[in-house]
Parts: sequence; C-alpha cells; structure tokens
Amino acid sequence: MSQNLAVKTENLGRIYKIRNNRKEKQRELLALENVNLEIREGELFGLLGPNGAGKTTLIKILTTLLSPTSGRAWVAGLDVTRQPAEVRKRINMVSGGETSGYGLLTVRENLWMFAQFYGIPSAEANRRIKTLAEIVGIADRLNTKSSDLSTGLRQKMNIIRGFLTDLEVLFLDEPTLGLDVGASRDVRSFIRRWMDENPHRTLLLTTHYMVEAEELCDRVAIINQGRVLACDTPARLKQNLRHEIFFQVWVDASRLLDEYAFLRINGVKHFHQSPEEDSLRLEISLEEEAVLSEIIYELTAQSARILRLEKREPTLEDVFVQLVGQRMEEVENVAVPAD
Amino acid sequence: MKGAPMQKSVQKSVNLRSFLTASWLGWQIESNWTDPFLFATYSTIKPVAGAAILVLMYSIVTQGNFDSPVFAYLYLGNAFYQYVPAVLTGVSWTIIDDREHYRTLKYIYTAPVNIPFYLFGRAVAKFIVGTFGVVITIAAGVLFLNVPLDWSRVDWPLFLVALFLGVLMLALSGLILAGITLMTARHSYYIGDVVAGGLFLFTGAIFPLEVLPNWLRPIGYLLPITYWLELIRRSLVGAVAEAFPTFTALSNGDLLLILAASSLVFGIASIFIFRYCDHQARERGLIDQTTNY
Ligand SMILES: Nc1ncnc2c1ncn2[C@@H]1O[C@H](COP(=O)(O)OP(=O)(O)O)[C@@H](O)[C@H]1O
Ligand SMILES: [Mg+2]
Repeated sequence: MSQNLAVKTENLGRIYKIRNNRKEKQRELLALENVNLEIREGELFGLLGPNGAGKTTLIKILTTLLSPTSGRAWVAGLDVTRQPAEVRKRINMVSGGETSGYGLLTVRENLWMFAQFYGIPSAEANRRIKTLAEIVGIADRLNTKSSDLSTGLRQKMNIIRGFLTDLEVLFLDEPTLGLDVGASRDVRSFIRRWMDENPHRTLLLTTHYMVEAEELCDRVAIINQGRVLACDTPARLKQNLRHEIFFQVWVDASRLLDEYAFLRINGVKHFHQSPEEDSLRLEISLEEEAVLSEIIYELTAQSARILRLEKREPTLEDVFVQLVGQRMEEVENVAVPAD
Repeated sequence: MKGAPMQKSVQKSVNLRSFLTASWLGWQIESNWTDPFLFATYSTIKPVAGAAILVLMYSIVTQGNFDSPVFAYLYLGNAFYQYVPAVLTGVSWTIIDDREHYRTLKYIYTAPVNIPFYLFGRAVAKFIVGTFGVVITIAAGVLFLNVPLDWSRVDWPLFLVALFLGVLMLALSGLILAGITLMTARHSYYIGDVVAGGLFLFTGAIFPLEVLPNWLRPIGYLLPITYWLELIRRSLVGAVAEAFPTFTALSNGDLLLILAASSLVFGIASIFIFRYCDHQARERGLIDQTTNY
C-alpha cells in the first residue's frame, strides 16, 4: 500500500455469531460488509452513523482487538491481523461513554502508568500529563483518586490517556458520548487544536452526532448497517442536496399529524415530525420553495397552528436521509434488538 | 538486516516494562487497604487458621502423635501449597479484574504491552502476600507445634532453586488459566482457587500419594507441583522427608531434573495455549466483552 495512507481497508467484513442462550440456534449478524476506506496521513476522518451501524466494530478491528471475518486492513502500513504488536506501538484508542480506569489510583497515577507501558520517560510523561490536564481542564484534579471523579471527568482522563503517547494514528470511538454540552465543546476544540499542532498524525473519530462530524472532520464516511454509503468532505457530501430546500416548522398541535397527507403533496421529498416540550417539530424537505404554500394549507387543514418557521441549510443528517430514506434516530429505533 | 539487534533490545524492554509497570499496579491494588492493621491481621489469620484446622484434624486422627514424621510432612506441604492458589489466581484473575471491573483490558491490549509479562507482573503482589502467609504458617509451626525445622541443616541452594522453579512453573500454569478466562466471558471467576483446591489432594501436599487409590495416583505423578513440594520438603527437613515412600528411589538431582523438565514442558505448552486462546478471543470479540451484572 501507498506510504502515506494511515488507514486502509479492503473489502473488510465482520460477522458476529450470536446465541442468546444455549438452546437457541446460532444466528449470524452482519456487522460490517465490504468496507473500503482510505484515510490519508494527517487527516481528521469521521465515521458517522447511527447506533448499531458498525462503527465500534470497525474501530476494534483497526485497533487489533477483533479479527475481521473477511477482507484485510492496514494501519500505518501494517496488517492489523498479521502484525498486531507492530500496530500497537503506533496507535492509541479511546472509547467514550464508559468509566474505565483504576479507581484506586489518582488521575496522575493512572495516566503515568499508561505512559510507562508506552515507554515514555517518567519526567516527560508528567510534563505531558500536566499540559494536557490544563488544556482539558482537570489540572486541579490530578491528585484525586479517579474513583472520586464524576463520569464526565473520568472520561476526560481517558481522553488524555489517548493523547499522551507518541502515536501515528489515534482512534476515538464516540469521544463525547455521555458528556454534557460544555464538556463536549471542550473536547471538540481540544481535538481540533491537537490536529492543527500535529499535522502528521491521523485521527479516526466515530460519532452519531452529525454536528461533530460536520464541525470537526476533514472527510466523513457515512455508515449504516455495516456498509459505507458515502465518503467525502462534509461540503461535497452536502453538494448533492443543493437542489433541495429544507424547512423546520414548529407547530402547536395536540397530537401527531397525518404524515401521508404531507408526503402525498407533489414536491415533498421528506417529512418527519417529532414531539418537543410543548410543540411539534417538523423537518420538511422540498424540491422547490413554492411547495411551501401547500404545506401551510395542509397544516391548516389538520388544525396545526404554526409557531415558528425556519429555512435552513442542509446538514449531514439530510445527507443521511437522502442515502437511507430515514433519519438517524429512526434507524436506531428499528435496529435495537428486542430482548 | 542492521535493524535486527535493535529490534530485539526494544522487544526486551517491552517485556521488562510490561512486567515492572504491572508489578507496580498489582502492588497498588493489593496494598489498597484502608486499614493496614486490618490487612496485617487478615493476612496472618487466614493462613494460620488454615493450618490450625489441618493440625486439629491430624491430632484427632492420630490421637496427637505430633512426633511422627508425617506431621512435619503434611504441615510443610500445606504451608507451601499456599503458593499454588496465590500464583494461579494472581496470574489469571487479572483478566477478569481488568476486563470486568476496571474496564481497562482493551487499553492494555492496544498498548505495546506483552500480555503474559503483564500478567506475571500483576501476580507479583499476590506472590509477596502469599510468601507472607507461608512464612507466618511455618513460624507458627516451629514455635508452637514442634515442626522439626533446624535452620542450620536447611539446604538453602536446593530450597531457592526449587522455589524459583516451582513459582515459575505455577506462573506458567496460571497463564493457561488466564487464556481460558480470556475465552470464557463469564463463569471463570474463581478458576485459580478452584484448580488449586481440586489438585490439592493429588499432589501429596498433606499425605503421600500411596494413600490414593491406584487409579488416581498417576494424576499426582503427572503434576509438577508434586515434585516441587517434595523437593521443598527435602531441602528443609531432609531426613524426615526422605522417610516417605513415594520418591525414595529418586535423588534430589532426579527430582530437580523432573521439575525442570516438566516446567519446561508446561512452559512451552502454556505459551502455545495462551496464544491460541488470545487468538480465539480476538476472533470472537471477547477482549472487551463485559458481563452485565
Ligand atoms: N460482541 C458482539 N456480539 C454480537 N453482536 C455484536 C457484538 N458487538 C456488536 N454487535 C452487533 O453488531 C452491530 C454493530 O455494532 P457496533 O459496531 O457496536 O455499532 P456502533 O458502534 O455503530 O453502534 C450491532 O447490531 C451490534 O448489536
Ligand atoms: Mg459504538
């Protein structure tokens, strides 16, 4: 493979064999199918998809935790199945939404210990820990036992662990999952800053927050049900939607509206309603602006009073809708197995 | 070509680093007692209580014949057997502890860590605590129960070599259990203790193998632990131990050779078994699989 590809996958696939109990017959679950990705050195690459799309599975394969059932993958030019030890020297990984770490150690001890595994001299490790802790905003908690930290702070500690080492490729699996708005913003700006300061390092980030992919990533692959559906810069992904017009409408309605009445209207591409605190939010995309009058007519017919109406720019969520025919949260609701 | 020796020394430092850092961590975890007094009491009472039960049973069965060589034989066998669960559990428990409790196993795995060396390192603290138990038990035996241990007649070189080989052999056996633990997402919580408990009666720890029915004896002859305990006893109370029938035909040198050879066989087997389990665990995605309590 070419020298300056940080990650490459070739027809990568993963099937899980699952069985809920001993009596039940084994079923197969296709978690990844024919994934072909090329991530260049220095890129901040995003993998955007709903829960259950296969993002974590892909990260696990690339970080040598899981073997693929078909295809191959390379990280920093090394085959992940054949040279796992070599790959591990060049990567680091952080998963969001979990509390990991040795609770009886302080934050500093936890981080120092991991730095030891990577062979970073003690003094250098402590210097980096201090710098990173200041940037992320937990410098005053370095001597706190990590079990005494809130979930959010523990996650920040985990994120520092990922950025501590001399790596070539960093994998962040939903790094802001479970963080509050402020902390997520901190983490995002830290990631962006780190990429600017380390132009030769590569970062693969997964997320199901489209804002995150849109704000942060140089390129984004949209993934659903184990397949990569599109891969490009956020701007170019949205280019395909330049002929569509997007509206957000908040209406005052006592119950859900009859969707089909709207979808029947000529020129309506997509219609989605979701109840909010004391209104109903409608996401509507139209082929041309003129159709809006018919929408308003139909709203009146269903006695829904308009509270607010906004025209907005297309987002990656709209790209997802265009590719899959459903919004991300709709796919998630279907994908969750009933057990 | 010219990179090769360099590669080797880097590899060596990975192993050493994994071992030392893990030892540090293991000690932090093991010594994390909020009350050191409680810790010391517990570490004393547990082994002494175990020995006391054994002594009580012995005294009932033999009507208090503490001068018999059998007494020293079983007392020392029992005392040193404490290393078996300590090391087996020390090496294998880490897999569950890191995977289920601290949720760090995947981060250890994706780091440039040699996992077997990491596991051995984590076991060091358990070995030290185990040693404390062994020393306490023996001290109690010598001070209060007339265990015939004459310090000036101990064969120290033999003792140290046997102890080293035995602990190495136990650590490698622990690696096999660690591999099994890695592959089974649950059900292997106490695998180290269960295996140690199950083998206790077959290793001649508290009675000679001759006591076992004929068809069960081969188990004892196949276990390196049996030869190890015999060597330890001979190094400590030579004449008394040699009074026992099981290995009278074998010299200390023979026993040492058997122990070394079987440790080697175990060692090689354990490395292959661990690699196999490790591979299987990655095939099945078990390295970060947590059980939902
Ligand atoms: N260890 C596993 N065994 C069986 N099925 C799994 C396992 N891990 C994930 N899956 C399934 O594979 C699919 C992809 O999961 P995952 O990669 O975790 O998706 P994402 O990270 O995008 O949410 C899901 O349907 C999930 O239920
Ligand atoms: Mg995931």
